[in-house]
Amino acid sequence: MELEAILFYFFAGITAFSVLFIAVTRNILYAAFALILTFIGVAGLFVFMGAEFIAITQILVYVGGILVLLVFGIMLTHRLKGQKLKTDRYQMLFGFLISAGIFGLFIQSIHSGAFSNLPWVDQEYSQEVELKSFGLSLMTDYVLAFEVIGILLLVALIGAVRIAGNARKEGTDAA
Amino acid sequence: MLLLGALMFCVGLFVVFTRKNAIMVLIGIELMLNSANLNLVTFSRFDPQALQGQIFSLFVITIAAAEAAVALAIVVKVYKYFKTSDLDKINSMKG
Repeated sequence: MELEAILFYFFAGITAFSVLFIAVTRNILYAAFALILTFIGVAGLFVFMGAEFIAITQILVYVGGILVLLVFGIMLTHRLKGQKLKTDRYQMLFGFLISAGIFGLFIQSIHSGAFSNLPWVDQEYSQEVELKSFGLSLMTDYVLAFEVIGILLLVALIGAVRIAGNARKEGTDAA
Repeated sequence: MLLLGALMFCVGLFVVFTRKNAIMVLIGIELMLNSANLNLVTFSRFDPQALQGQIFSLFVITIAAAEAAVALAIVVKVYKYFKTSDLDKINSMKG
């Protein structure tokens, strides 16, 4: 087995293991740290899929942004007095049945879909995706979606600050 | 690859169903969004242009970031009001 395949299975193993760890752990902080491992593993897999830009964005946005936000949320919503941050679970059987059923359905449909036999899979795009063409098509073909997503981010930012912000001035605030 | 995406999605669903804490539910949602990204990028490899799936997953990442910011703001505010982030105890809108 060449090095590339070993690395691929290494990242896939990291992802699968940490995802399963999130499913079984009861400590919220451990789940958040396992989520970091998951995101790093998925970023590694993105590199093997020829999507380097998505991999970098994944690390920047998820590990650098969302995880920090999550840990801050955990800090702000628990009184940290040395006790472990446990979360209760409920509906274990129900949830397990539904998710295992959907997992079985996915496996079955992936196998019956037999994607590796489809004609268009044979012409696998082996050439590397250039960052230049990625940026060009982002700014030409998808420019409307790009602008809309920018506005959405701005609105979400303002909304988040407005919701979580200090309520001291709410008496004089018109809103 | 697709199997890993399916596994991530189902674990995310499981976490959303079975946890009581709001932040754990958020973690499950992030897992599901990320598994969708994994599938998009996987299929994008067979695209002759090889770009549509990647660009779509870029948008998915952006929306996930916006969603996490707003949701955590709401969770913090709810915690200030109810003094708990347990989803079963936040039931003042229960009919």
